[in-house]
Amino acid sequence: MTDFLQLFLSGLATGSIYAVAALGFTLLWQASGTINFAQGDFVMLPAFMMLGFASFGLPLLVAFALTCVVSVLFLGWGFKRAIADPLLRFGMMPVIVATIGLAIAMRAGIRAGVSAEAQPFPSLFADRLFHVGGVTVTLADVGTLAIALLLVFGTQAFLSRTVTGRAMQAVAQNTDSATVLGINVPRMIFYTFAINALLACAAALLVTPTYLAKFDMGESLGMKAFFAAIIGGFTNSRGALLGGLIVGVAENLAAAYVSPAYKDAVALVIFMLVIMFKPEGLLGRKAERKV
Amino acid sequence: MMKKARLLATAMLAATAFGAAAQTGPVKIAGIMELSGSGATPGTNFNNGVKLAVKEINAAGGILGRQIDYQPVDDQTNPGVAKALAQKAVDDGAYVVLGPVHSGATLVAMSETQRGEVTNIIGAEAASITQAGDPYMFRSSFTQLTAMPKVARYIKDTVKAKTVAVMFTNNDYGKGGRDAVVKAFDALGIKVVADIPTDPLQVDFSAAVLKAKQSGADALFLYTLEEESARALRELRKQGWDKPIIGETTAVSQKTIELAGDAANGMVGHVGLTVDAPEPRIKDFGQKFFNEYKYKSEHNGMKGYISMYVVKAMTEKIGKFDSKALAAAMHGATISADKNPGVLMDIGFDKNGDIERESFLIKVDQGKQVVIDTLPGTVK
Repeated sequence: MTDFLQLFLSGLATGSIYAVAALGFTLLWQASGTINFAQGDFVMLPAFMMLGFASFGLPLLVAFALTCVVSVLFLGWGFKRAIADPLLRFGMMPVIVATIGLAIAMRAGIRAGVSAEAQPFPSLFADRLFHVGGVTVTLADVGTLAIALLLVFGTQAFLSRTVTGRAMQAVAQNTDSATVLGINVPRMIFYTFAINALLACAAALLVTPTYLAKFDMGESLGMKAFFAAIIGGFTNSRGALLGGLIVGVAENLAAAYVSPAYKDAVALVIFMLVIMFKPEGLLGRKAERKV
Repeated sequence: MMKKARLLATAMLAATAFGAAAQTGPVKIAGIMELSGSGATPGTNFNNGVKLAVKEINAAGGILGRQIDYQPVDDQTNPGVAKALAQKAVDDGAYVVLGPVHSGATLVAMSETQRGEVTNIIGAEAASITQAGDPYMFRSSFTQLTAMPKVARYIKDTVKAKTVAVMFTNNDYGKGGRDAVVKAFDALGIKVVADIPTDPLQVDFSAAVLKAKQSGADALFLYTLEEESARALRELRKQGWDKPIIGETTAVSQKTIELAGDAANGMVGHVGLTVDAPEPRIKDFGQKFFNEYKYKSEHNGMKGYISMYVVKAMTEKIGKFDSKALAAAMHGATISADKNPGVLMDIGFDKNGDIERESFLIKVDQGKQVVIDTLPGTVK
């Protein structure tokens, strides 16, 4: 039983990392109708930015704050102006293709400009272990899960309980009506991209001590986050959390009780089952459209 | 008639001049390196070692008066890409091909260099590579069949473990090492009580470490790549593993130590090459590498550096740029470090292309490799 609990708790920690990245997917989709297949690399780039700022002797949290500012500028405003704005009018597919290209460009840029090797990344949490009933958890595991929960519920609360959040949702539901109502549509869309950039920075801070800063760290993370978002429900922020946790725990249990060789297939199998039997996701709602 | 004769003479003169230029111009040496993908760490380091050697050799006048034109390309740790790049290197007239470092890529690409009769010095360590009968294939590091018996002997005689859990990367490199070490354990009567495969680029090692703990083994033998080793060591520490952890080369490399931090302390491993070896030439190389690249070399950097100097030493020995003759000369050759300081230690090659030289047992202490024993080679 303790072994199961150990695996379950480790899986929750891994899954919360997927959840934070998946949250960005769901947020962009909900608020701007954008699917960003560079989401994993949006986590990778801030990791290297933080390392860059830290190399000047800045403490981790100061480097994080500066990275947030730069990320909002480039991954938020820059992404919106350069990719989303020009291409969204032509439909979803050009945006998807462009984000795939952006992901490749970002990886190549870091590989060529920084290094192809993995770099160590300092942890936000002290190196402490807790032993509870034969199970060992680190402060990092607990902290990552706590912060992920905070981010998910915080984002949910912001979108549903603040004027700005509701305005952002209104823009996502119907841009024309939102304009008529006097909502500053371009600003609301920008806020969406900015929040996504900040979430990516938070994910980088939590993920990179384990993943290690490497140019391709975003590739598998982005894929798992996408699966997690679909599993939980693309239209629901809490779905991102649920999906991430399910993927993290299921992977761990499969590796221990089935075979390590099938570990990476677990997310895909769950994804396919959800698509077949509940395509809106576990917590998502069906979207109807008049034809 | 006269016009035709003049044209013919001009053509012959041009051909002769071109041929002469080819004989005095730069000599092409191709590098097939993992500069991305799961093999990026070893590949990048190997490439950096080669580049440092090329820089030094060219500054000293090149090989037999010719400058080296070293052209590395990225095989993306993809065997299919490596094969295509090897084919291109052969077709482009490379004198020697250095790399790949990744065993899977090497096993696929080696057929091309063999077909082209081009000497190929690799960084890969899978045992099967030099068992395929390729006369143009040479190692820059020990085969797993050479290294693993040394590790097994240490586990038996010093650690005194009767049972071992083996954790390995599930690719050609890891499986080759696992097979070699299990064979060595069997020969010494050490029982393998857990056989734990892991994936390249694996992030979460909780299940793997749990299996090791459940096995009740006296010791753990870790044979994974650098990043995975770092994550495994952290998870081992997290789950309170307090038994000996023994590794071989990658698991105790400088990169692994850098990535694992304190979790690597106490680990013991066998390494063929380490910049912390108590040898003046190796320390000198370590300093030069650091000055050039601003980080400490690990064993792959040394492998690349030594490979290039092996090419120089043997080419000077045969006195010409003939890849076939080079390969023939390398079989059974010994290269003295006194006469060829660039090879750092005395080296010998056997008929299969395997390398022999002294090696080291190291312990990780406070984030550094500390040599605790030097194991003699059989080079005469």
